[in-house]
Amino acid sequence: MLEDLFDKVKSRVGVQQPNDGKAKGNVTVPTDMMFKCPRCQKVEFMENFALGGKVCPNCSYHSRLTARERLEMTADTGTFVPYDDAMNTLNPIDFPGYLEKIQKLQQSTGNTEAVVTGECAIEATPCVLGIMDSHFMMASMGSVVGEKITRAFEHATEKRLPVILFTASGGARMQEGIISLMQMAKTSGAVARHSEAGLLYITVLTDPTTGGVAASFASLGDIILAEPKVLIGFAGRRVIENTIRQKLPDDFQSAEFFLQHGFVDMLVERKSMRKILGRLLRFHREGEGMQ
Amino acid sequence: MSGNPLTAWERLELVKHKNRPTAKDYIPLIFDHFLELHGDRCYGDDSAIIGGVARFRRIPVTVIANVKGRDLEENKHSNFAMAHPEGYRKALRLMKQAEKFRRPVICLVDTPGAYCGIEAEERGQHEAIARSQMDMMMMRTPILSIILGEGGSGGALALSVCDQLAMMQNATYSVISPQGFASILWKDASRAKEAANMVKITAEDLMDFGVCEAIIPEPVGGAHKNPQLAAEAISGYLRDNLEIFMRKPIDKLLETRYSKFRKIGRFSE
Repeated sequence: MLEDLFDKVKSRVGVQQPNDGKAKGNVTVPTDMMFKCPRCQKVEFMENFALGGKVCPNCSYHSRLTARERLEMTADTGTFVPYDDAMNTLNPIDFPGYLEKIQKLQQSTGNTEAVVTGECAIEATPCVLGIMDSHFMMASMGSVVGEKITRAFEHATEKRLPVILFTASGGARMQEGIISLMQMAKTSGAVARHSEAGLLYITVLTDPTTGGVAASFASLGDIILAEPKVLIGFAGRRVIENTIRQKLPDDFQSAEFFLQHGFVDMLVERKSMRKILGRLLRFHREGEGMQ
Repeated sequence: MSGNPLTAWERLELVKHKNRPTAKDYIPLIFDHFLELHGDRCYGDDSAIIGGVARFRRIPVTVIANVKGRDLEENKHSNFAMAHPEGYRKALRLMKQAEKFRRPVICLVDTPGAYCGIEAEERGQHEAIARSQMDMMMMRTPILSIILGEGGSGGALALSVCDQLAMMQNATYSVISPQGFASILWKDASRAKEAANMVKITAEDLMDFGVCEAIIPEPVGGAHKNPQLAAEAISGYLRDNLEIFMRKPIDKLLETRYSKFRKIGRFSE
């Protein structure tokens, strides 16, 4: 089942930072063999980078993963059962070229949309898991993302399960106009009901979590974790720079910045993520609190 | 009412007209005894959003509104109706107060969007807007929102998770400004007019999507031609609707509020 979900993924080492030619001395870096960190600009052999879980060995930037990669390193082997994997995108405002773009991405990524949701166990504790994939239209939130996230919370509420979401997004999907904005309220409402039922929701902010997703379900976890050095924020950096007409510091809107300002509970390195999630899930198993 | 419907672009120009009535003009025309209450109890008082208690035809209500200015001085004071996190947190505080004292909430929405700046990020603009939506969805009192002019993205949404959304006839509600839309998708901000007319942001469009439930007529030529008449239309709308929502059992109200947003989205499976 899992294989079907991702059958078109070409290789696990699919994430490459485009070489913009601005490397020192304009050396062209072969992107298949080398990884150039977008944070510290250092170049590393792709093999070393991949072995370290796609974390920059120099500055510990936790780079973007595909949903499949994330799932493999998070869920207990063979436990994941997807929800709604046949749900497909429509074109609510008749935006020219939208569906063609979606189809191309479906072929190149092997995913139907920007989020994968389902049930699994993490360190033997059952939960509902959602993983957003920035390789699919920067994981922007349109109807399908909004509906799948909402249903994930509704299933979890019904089955009294915790929810863990790995968030990543450029924000609302503009190609769906106002419908995309409404997904923010819809998902936030589903989180509210899950929370009201006394159930646990853990958010893991991954690179990048911004815009309408940051301004809805991604910020509503009981516990908010973030991977080191990832980008988090409401407004785009360029938008702010244009508004205030000055350049922003490098660490602005980083996970570390939001930890310092009180919007993130803890930074968790990729290699410890599964262990930490497992521990948090066990803390919140029904019957663990006061009776 | 005006005759030929205007294009989305023409409406955007109209709602930005310098004489377009603002919430500060409407509040004394629609409500009695408005008393402004300040501050979010965490950080400060944001003058981009005002709120307080008032009476509507003797009924105590909580009024929350984005504040646009008429001139540069007023706009500097209200930051062009672009709120910081403390604005949304004040709005939420006043809504919770309304819930406690069983007053309905009326939100008057008119904003280009939430403010984008260093301090807004530092104080968690994303969290403030997210929290507003989550808590408004569960707020145990009726919430009626009316978009007076500009319904700008998350900044407007943070006051629009409601039981019923009405829009002034020429108001717009959109996920991004047409300039932003054109520059992000086409890398060309000068195609804003084309974007505005394409992305479906008028009151009629939003009725079709089930995003808004009522359109409040404006005087011929727009609300600025006769603010008194526009205010009467808003009062008429509230008179016809407010008590209907006040009479609904609260659990039923919350169920309907949730399903209003729950059903928005277009997909196949």
